[in-house]
Parts: sequence; structure tokens; C-alpha cells
Amino acid sequence: MAAESLTPETLEGVVAAGSLDCKFENAANPCGFPAPDTGIFFFDDLASVEILGMTFGVNKVTIQVILAVVVILAFFLYAFRKPKVVPRGSQNVGEMGYLFIRDGIAREVMGKDGDKYVPFLFSFFFLVWMLNFMGIVPFVNFPATSIFAIPVAFALIVYLTWVPIGVYRQGFGGFFKGMLFPPGVPKPMYVLLAPIEFLSNIIVRPFTHAIRLFANMFAGHLLLATFSIASFYLLTFTVIGALGSVASVTVAVAITAFELLIQALQAYIFTLLTAVYIGGALHAEH
Amino acid sequence: MDLIAGIYGSVGSIGFGLAAIGPGIGIGIIFGQGVQAIARQPEAYGVIRQNMLLGFALAEALALIGFVAPFVFGAGPAN
Repeated sequence: MAAESLTPETLEGVVAAGSLDCKFENAANPCGFPAPDTGIFFFDDLASVEILGMTFGVNKVTIQVILAVVVILAFFLYAFRKPKVVPRGSQNVGEMGYLFIRDGIAREVMGKDGDKYVPFLFSFFFLVWMLNFMGIVPFVNFPATSIFAIPVAFALIVYLTWVPIGVYRQGFGGFFKGMLFPPGVPKPMYVLLAPIEFLSNIIVRPFTHAIRLFANMFAGHLLLATFSIASFYLLTFTVIGALGSVASVTVAVAITAFELLIQALQAYIFTLLTAVYIGGALHAEH
Repeated sequence: MDLIAGIYGSVGSIGFGLAAIGPGIGIGIIFGQGVQAIARQPEAYGVIRQNMLLGFALAEALALIGFVAPFVFGAGPAN
């Protein structure tokens, strides 16, 4: 085929000729590959009430969040229903989770002071992990944290925790002085450094905290969706179609395994950053 | 007016490519140095891993913002 004839229109003809029928109705691009877009992140309300002109709806994501809370509560209540000195079975798993948060995150970052904040970190870690994990659970197939509102809510809770802790523990002046004027810097540099520190600590920090979690799950879900749709789209009764479909399924499985890692890692990083922010608020830097 | 060169399609994906260069280099440095540090001092594994992941998260955020930005701002014409 000559190079100049390779326009999207002719390519589309080639693609359409290889397939027996159009699998997807797509008005803008008939028979073209229906690449998933942000539309897959919106769900219809299953039920909604209107209070004071605002609509409060329940959709799939709401149910998932409630489900995650119920699953976590049920597991840990069951694990610690009759705690024994020598743990067995599910209590072992529960204690491993607790010790991971206490020794691996809280004490590493904040020292002994961190023990007070273990329940806070523990709740965040397991809730975020469970919400992430639902991205690869069959029939649920959606990580609730890829809806931006949910990481924003989490990041806001963290923000509204560490700022008051800092003001309470170090005093208003001490807290902001320690943050905006880090010691060990030549005096004239503060003209440049203080605004940057203010911007990065007070304004950008909660945003990146939320975006990091959101974007990871968003990207992961979009990747999974792309390859899942591609494996269906490419599946035709031709050799090339079948090979393409098999390759796409293989990649989708590999991405699923990769997502499993990313989900746990992002939950860990979210909790670790929470601990770092609280730890920074507890003590002034020296 | 004659066009000398043009791009059509999703320009946002080019933006993501550009946004991924810096964090890519940064993450490479972070994990490279982290592994080196662990090899030199295996007993400090916990602290090193934690700081490694912290640095990784901070660098990665930039690439992820680059990934999300086209979805937020770049609702160009389809195809």
C-alpha cells in the first residue's frame, strides 16, 4: 500500500474488512477501536434524594466504599474476637497488619510518639488498600480511589489533622517558623525559600497527596480497560485477529498482576506520607 | 495558509511523554542509589527502603500529573 493512501479512512477500511461485523456502535468512528475514556469513571445514581437543592445519590462507588468498610470491620472484629497471647489463624494475620503499620510506618517515622497515631494510619492503610484492591476483584472491577473525590476527602482529613497538630504542639509561630525558615540556610536565601516552602507545604502538599493516589489508580484502571476492550475488539475469526486478542489478554493479565503490586504500594505510600506529615508537625526540624 | 507541519490526534499523549522524562530519570536515580545503599549497609534496609519509596512517590507524582492533565484540559476533537 502506498504511503499516501494510509489515512485514517483507509486504515479504518482495512480494520473493518478484517472483522466480520462492527462490535461496537460508535457514531463518531464506526467500527473503529473504542478506546476507553473518562466515561468509564462515571456511574448512574441507583437512588438519590434531594436535600436543600443538592442531590445526594448512591451509585456503585458509594456501595463499594460501604462494602470496603464492612469487609475491613468484619475481618478485624473476627480476628480479634477472642484475642489470645499466642495468636492463631486470623488473629495472626490481623496482628501482622497491625505490627506492619506500627513498626514499619509509625515508629520508623515518628519514633515512640507515633504509637498514638497507629489507629489513624491503620484505618487509612486498610481502607485505601481495600478500595484499590476492588479494581481487580471480579464483578466489582473498579478501584473506588480512581474517583477523585475519594482521595481528596482522604487527603483533606490528613491535612486537617497534621496542621492542627503542628499548631498545637509547636505553637502557631513556632510551627510556621520551622516550616518556612528551615535552619542551616544562608539568611538572604529565605527571601526565595520561604514562599517556596509555603507553597509546597501548605498548598501543593494536599493536592499531590490526593493526586498521587488518584492518578495511579486512574491510570491502572484505564490500562486494564484498554486491554480488556482490545482483547474483545480484536477477537475475529482470522489468524491475526485471534493472535492480537490472545496477546491483549496476556497483557491484561500481566497488568492485573502489576496492579496488585501498585495497589498495595500506593496504600503504603499514602499512609507513609501521612505519617511523615504528622511526624513533621510533631517536632520542629533541627 | 499552507501548513508546514501538523499534529493531529491526542496531543496530550505527547505531553505525557515529555512529563515522564524527568520523573523517569529521577526514579532511576532513586532506586539505583537505594539498591546501592542497601548493598553497602544491609542492616539499614528498613530505613533505606522507606526513604526510597518516599522519594519515589514524590518524583512519580510529577509524571502522574502529566498523565492526568490531558484528561482534564485536553478534550480536543475526537480522533
